[in-house]
Amino acid sequence: MSDQDKSAEPTTTDAVTPGELAEVQAPSEPVKIADRKGMFGSSLGNDTSGYGGLDRPVLFPGAATKPYGSYFDDLANNLQVSLRQRGGDIESAVERVVVDRGELTLFVAREHLPLVAQVLRDEPALRFEQCLSVSGVHYPQETGRELHAVYHFFSITNGSKRVRVEVTAPDDDPHIPSIVETYPGADWHERETWDMFGIIFDGHPALTRILMPDDWPGHPQRKDYPLGGIPVEYKGATVPPPSDRRSYK
Amino acid sequence: MTASTDAYGATTHDVDDDTPVLNATGGDWDDLVDEAAALGEERLVVNMGPQHPSTHGVLRLVLELDGETVTEARAGIGYLHTGIEKNMEFRTWTQGVTFCTRMDYVMPLFNEAVFCLSVEKLLGITDQIPARAQAIRVLMMELNRVTSHLVCLATGGMEMGATTVMTIGFRERERILRIFEAISGLRMNHAYIRPGGVAGDLPAGTIDQVRENIPLVRQGIKELEALLNENPVLKARMCDVGYLDLTGCMALGITGPVLRSTGLPHDLRKAEPYCGYEKYDFDVVTWDTCDAYGRYRVRIDEMYQSLRIVEQVLKELDENPGPVMVEDKKIAWPAQLAVASDGQGNSLDHIREIMGESMESLIHHFKLVTEGFRVPPGQAYVGIESPKGEIGCHTVSDGGTRPYRAHFRDPSFNNLQAVAAMSEGGAVADIIVAVASIDPVMGGVDR
Repeated sequence: MSDQDKSAEPTTTDAVTPGELAEVQAPSEPVKIADRKGMFGSSLGNDTSGYGGLDRPVLFPGAATKPYGSYFDDLANNLQVSLRQRGGDIESAVERVVVDRGELTLFVAREHLPLVAQVLRDEPALRFEQCLSVSGVHYPQETGRELHAVYHFFSITNGSKRVRVEVTAPDDDPHIPSIVETYPGADWHERETWDMFGIIFDGHPALTRILMPDDWPGHPQRKDYPLGGIPVEYKGATVPPPSDRRSYK
Repeated sequence: MTASTDAYGATTHDVDDDTPVLNATGGDWDDLVDEAAALGEERLVVNMGPQHPSTHGVLRLVLELDGETVTEARAGIGYLHTGIEKNMEFRTWTQGVTFCTRMDYVMPLFNEAVFCLSVEKLLGITDQIPARAQAIRVLMMELNRVTSHLVCLATGGMEMGATTVMTIGFRERERILRIFEAISGLRMNHAYIRPGGVAGDLPAGTIDQVRENIPLVRQGIKELEALLNENPVLKARMCDVGYLDLTGCMALGITGPVLRSTGLPHDLRKAEPYCGYEKYDFDVVTWDTCDAYGRYRVRIDEMYQSLRIVEQVLKELDENPGPVMVEDKKIAWPAQLAVASDGQGNSLDHIREIMGESMESLIHHFKLVTEGFRVPPGQAYVGIESPKGEIGCHTVSDGGTRPYRAHFRDPSFNNLQAVAAMSEGGAVADIIVAVASIDPVMGGVDR
């Protein structure tokens, strides 16, 4: 149980005591996002351990089933009602709900993101005033949903509640609608995610590079982008760059 | 976008229309001034920075000026980007601490703490961190909060031309940096907070050192207050400058002293306590002027509150001699820090054990230090209250020994977005004050 849950103050609509989460959470089918091959060795494939053929799946926490526990059920219900009021519906907007490590993650279909963001901010029962952070993650082996944009929303009004919204896009069509119109503070975060992952946020007022130089080719945080570095000679021996060193998988 | 289409980065050769471009690189300033005067234009676009002593490091401000008035202000960042997040993907979880501590180098312990809390959440060991380790973390973070605020006030004062503020600020900060050095071995970039606890217990004598220095630091802050609080020159420079109200803060995702200067008592130490903050008695400082002066007063009072917390932590440390690393031997770093004749390093007892007594200990040490521990797949986000606002860490693990992704939500990065809202319509000189009141540190902004 994390610090976050301990501090979640029960409101009138949220009479769940901390600690209940672990009991109600049903085990769910994990989601395979990648395969891990070999035991160790650098990316050059020089695994000499004899375990080179080892093949293990990388399993992420799967979809949760109701009740989610903590304040998550109220949040989901409020989202469902408000989405319906505004002409959306939760079944098509939210692809998957994941409850893991005391955190709620909503996988939102990208075309529904602007509406979901609007509802999260404007609905009094939800009132996530701040979009604190937009982060990208690249899963090259998750075909059709390689690029993830991860939004962290925070509600001060409703007593420090957090929700994570995750939106995916395929590598060959890396478009996600921008939420800058709803959350102006997401401006630079989306620019950073474009810069680092190449996710194009449609509707962003000025989607330019922010950390890398304007004329930089490529998007450095993608997994297919090399770290770089050169071998360093030290006392007659050569230390390879970090990406070529032996690593444990 | 390429450099040649960047209107603000243009040279005479790049501009097709007859927009005059004046370059101030080398040459005689008088020539440039004459040239500008000959144009008879009041509207100027000026690049302030990235190399400018008043922009807090390498911040580039693109200002459109109409006489002395700023009509448009844009911040350009990225000049200190070092790829820390990418680099962390190629090191173990523990090594990640040494990278992220270098992000916002004025508050290294907060960078470390938020990363470690995030890793601990991924590991599911948040509850198992020993109370003494948590108390030491709070001690270090609160002392670090004082140094960070002192740097903010010192450099902010210097940028306004008040060098005495700078000397007092850095003098007091030095006292605390000496404490950091005694505890972690380093003045900055400590890598002291580690996943599972802290790198070593407090060396003998450091608690007394902290105790002796608290009154001195408090005295120094009082000195700053006496010099500044009602100083008419300072108030003329700061009052109603860099105005950003609650609505603006909410829209732009602003947290920290800037948000609290609007009167909203939002502090994550109270809102969702971590590291045992619920045990300590302190107030959330607010001000109601929404301006640079209010932020200055918030920072001053927060330093007193931090020292108040430090005193309570010292009491707790006296009562709690427990371990400072999680019990799980598959996660806990095997060695503790100790000082030897050649400086600080692994404790001599540990060296004796692995080199002379127990082969199994050596194997264990070797495996854990070179390979590291595995973290179950999934993702976690933790936010803590840094001196500048919420610093967040989003970590993703694929079950390996290294972070699959570590993203930091740096408060300065986010808060710098407010520069335009704070300074447009004001004078050029007020931009300096507005930026200083945000307290951005470019190492954290650019990572």
